[in-house]
Amino acid sequence: MAESVVTENGEGGDATRRDFIHIAAGAAAVGAGAMLAWPLINSMNPAADTLALASIEFDMTKVQEGQQIVIKWQGKPVFVRYRTARELQEAVSTPLSALKDPEADADRVKEGHSQYLVVLGNCTHLGCIPTFGTGDFGGWFCPCHGSHYDTSGRIRKGPAPANLVVPEYAYLSDTRIKIG
Amino acid sequence: MSDHESTYVPKTGIEKWLDTRLPIIRFGADYMSLPTPRNLNYWWTFGGILALCLVIQIATGVILAMHYVPNTEMAFASVERIMRDVNGGDLIRYTHANGASMFFIAVYLHMLRGLYYGSYKAPREMIWIVGCLIFFLMIATAFLGYVLPWGQMSYWGAEVITNLIGAIPVVGEPVLIWLRGGPAIDNATLNRFFSLHYLLPFVIAGCVVLHLWALHAAGQNNPVGILIPKDRQAKDTVPFHPYFTVKDGFAIILFLMLFALFVFFMPNALGHADNYIPANPLVTPAHIVPEWYMLPFYAILRAIPDKFGGVMAMFGAIGVLFVLPWLDTSKVRSMRYRPTMRTFFILFVIVGLILGWCGAQLPDAPVIGTFKTFTLIDGDLNSYLWLTRFATAYYFAFFLIIMPLVGLRETPRTIPATISEPVLSGGDAEMKG
Amino acid sequence: MTLQTNIRAMKKTLVLIAAAAGLTFAAQPALAAGEAHALRNGGFSFEGPFGSFDRNQLQRGYKVYREVCASCHSMDLMHFRTLAEPGGPFFDSHQASPAENRWVKALAKEVQIADIDTETGEPVMRDGTAADRFPNPYPNATAAAAANGGAAPPDLSVMAKARHGGANYIYSLLTGYAAVPQGLQIRPGQHYNMYMAGDLTPFMPEGAHVPPGGFIAMPAPLTAGQVTYDDDTVASVDQMAKDVAAYIAWASDPRQVQRKQTGVGVLIFLFIFAGITYLSYRRIWKGVAH
Repeated sequence: MAESVVTENGEGGDATRRDFIHIAAGAAAVGAGAMLAWPLINSMNPAADTLALASIEFDMTKVQEGQQIVIKWQGKPVFVRYRTARELQEAVSTPLSALKDPEADADRVKEGHSQYLVVLGNCTHLGCIPTFGTGDFGGWFCPCHGSHYDTSGRIRKGPAPANLVVPEYAYLSDTRIKIG
Repeated sequence: MSDHESTYVPKTGIEKWLDTRLPIIRFGADYMSLPTPRNLNYWWTFGGILALCLVIQIATGVILAMHYVPNTEMAFASVERIMRDVNGGDLIRYTHANGASMFFIAVYLHMLRGLYYGSYKAPREMIWIVGCLIFFLMIATAFLGYVLPWGQMSYWGAEVITNLIGAIPVVGEPVLIWLRGGPAIDNATLNRFFSLHYLLPFVIAGCVVLHLWALHAAGQNNPVGILIPKDRQAKDTVPFHPYFTVKDGFAIILFLMLFALFVFFMPNALGHADNYIPANPLVTPAHIVPEWYMLPFYAILRAIPDKFGGVMAMFGAIGVLFVLPWLDTSKVRSMRYRPTMRTFFILFVIVGLILGWCGAQLPDAPVIGTFKTFTLIDGDLNSYLWLTRFATAYYFAFFLIIMPLVGLRETPRTIPATISEPVLSGGDAEMKG
Repeated sequence: MTLQTNIRAMKKTLVLIAAAAGLTFAAQPALAAGEAHALRNGGFSFEGPFGSFDRNQLQRGYKVYREVCASCHSMDLMHFRTLAEPGGPFFDSHQASPAENRWVKALAKEVQIADIDTETGEPVMRDGTAADRFPNPYPNATAAAAANGGAAPPDLSVMAKARHGGANYIYSLLTGYAAVPQGLQIRPGQHYNMYMAGDLTPFMPEGAHVPPGGFIAMPAPLTAGQVTYDDDTVASVDQMAKDVAAYIAWASDPRQVQRKQTGVGVLIFLFIFAGITYLSYRRIWKGVAH
């Protein structure tokens, strides 16, 4: 672009220095454009108020055996399930070889609290919310595209590629968890 | 310039394929190689600056619209949320708010340049008329945008300006209610203002395309104001790129420095403190003033002692610009060669500044000292009201009387035969690029 | 064309732009000029292009706000977490995020937030969290007005931007309570303040000298020693007024110092950019008369 003019003028003596100036000016213009564009792009990232709600606390005693409570975390549902002994037994006894996305039940719960399952309530296929108790494996069934999950929230049948996601959480006390 | 022949030769196969189907590269290349009068000075860089202003306003505006909530209960807080919580939101919002002022600084200088160098005269009438339309749309867009933060000035500005419509005989009242979507400025008004504020910039962008189209049909004016004959083209013009891209680029950077000074160091200097008080339909601020760029027109509105008359005068002040090409009777374009007219022009600029100043004052306040003289048509002679009236009279006289008469009676100085003549002889006393 | 004419041309353009900008500035004081005194100058550290907030002052100011102002004035747009944003009074470089700041979490816990019980749906009061807004002392504007003799205490979130003079105005107002001037007819529930906007002419006897200032519904809010500062600063009225004014100035635009710092960088960049482009321009136009 700009360089062609330099050659047209035909003052070849210090051509490299001249080229450098034009290239530097062009580079600075590109830099200025990027500087203008970046804040605009970055502004679409989560804002401070959204980030401040990144973690919530929950009292586990609110869930009774055989029940699940759905809580909203970061705009998404989280299933907190107090599994019955039978459900727990089923989850533990399933051999890993039977699983599409092999993961032991023990790795999906916190030690000493294995009756409580905490998973994100979005199907790993395309994000619909599975319902409990209607699938072939005693766990969840996603009505959108027919994915079946077991009592550990692991995918057993259907198009979903992975197990229901266990969010990052920790026990603050024996009965209180903090998600996120 | 208008009959500029394309020198673009498609090189690769893709370029050839595209050139017969959608010759967009040819269009761009022709634009870049457009022969441009080489004597264009820095006053001609405001076109490029304005294009950048429009891009900045649209880009920041689209982002702000992602975070803004057009609801009377939430608008004010959502704007402050942008300033506090959205990443870089303070910069984006202040850029947008000050960008409006920068836009108007540039457009006023651009218009004064056109006025001084006779850029509106044949064969460039359509460039000027479309330009006036853009200016009018800019005012409308800026007014609509100022309402969105829903502060006290937003609310009361909207109240006062929409009430102007009510001045129209017979249909005024129903049109006013229709415009507001209710008996008062409220949520319905805010929502439609937001919608229109988002729409109008794209209408402006469309008008800019027409503006440039007209420019390339008629060819660029230049400080000497003569048409460049075909046989002089090689001597008197240079390709737009790189000669004017780099010159415009340099001017743009200087302009951005001024812009940055406001955004980073005094973002609220051009605004009004009252707009940081949430809108309250029950309390009017002590002193309602529009943004600085509307002040001259606001002053004209107040100069007329009749409601409908004031509205007519205000719109007339913009309307008269549209017919300017037919009010100027001079055969000479550039005021460089019209010493009499130049004096009137300088006076016009001063009067414009005075009108702006008056628009920010209380009409009854005395101009000189604190003494009173005598009252004439609702106001003391020593008051801003009367200063505004004199200035308004000059504003209209400049276009309606001075321009036609001076054009007929003046003796212009000798106009050079080519634009190279003054350039090579060292130029005249005037500013050059 | 020579370099000189070029620079002259540029200067002229800049002067014109500056004049246009100057007009708007000149227009501003004309609006602000009321009957009030020239404001007192708090000598604030955050003024000027390189100024920044004094953290200790902001912490003291927050304490004054929390213990004095907050009993009547809301600050609806402020969240506790904002106090721990970079540049804020309680910013800690080791914090994971502003919402995880330990001081802010402790400060938030001191207040009670109205909420809805997630199970019963009943209104409850719970401890504040860093993500919460500052609680409003009144349930709504009508209640605020009713509790204060008809004048609702204004929200302080953006107060420094909402008044000409910003922090200096707040500082002046808080220290501007003086003895009622002789002859001034003052209505019950009103107080005289020499920095308040207004015109006292109608309330003075005919022909008497009209004092500066106006009426304000808020009684003098600060008394010496009212707040016990954690950093052993003596809590005089002047000190408290200055501190709370600085705090409100910060709260009105929490990112102002960072923005100024960015601005210095941007201007340096633009200056270099302009220099390079000017050289490029000179090269390209070399030998072309214009």
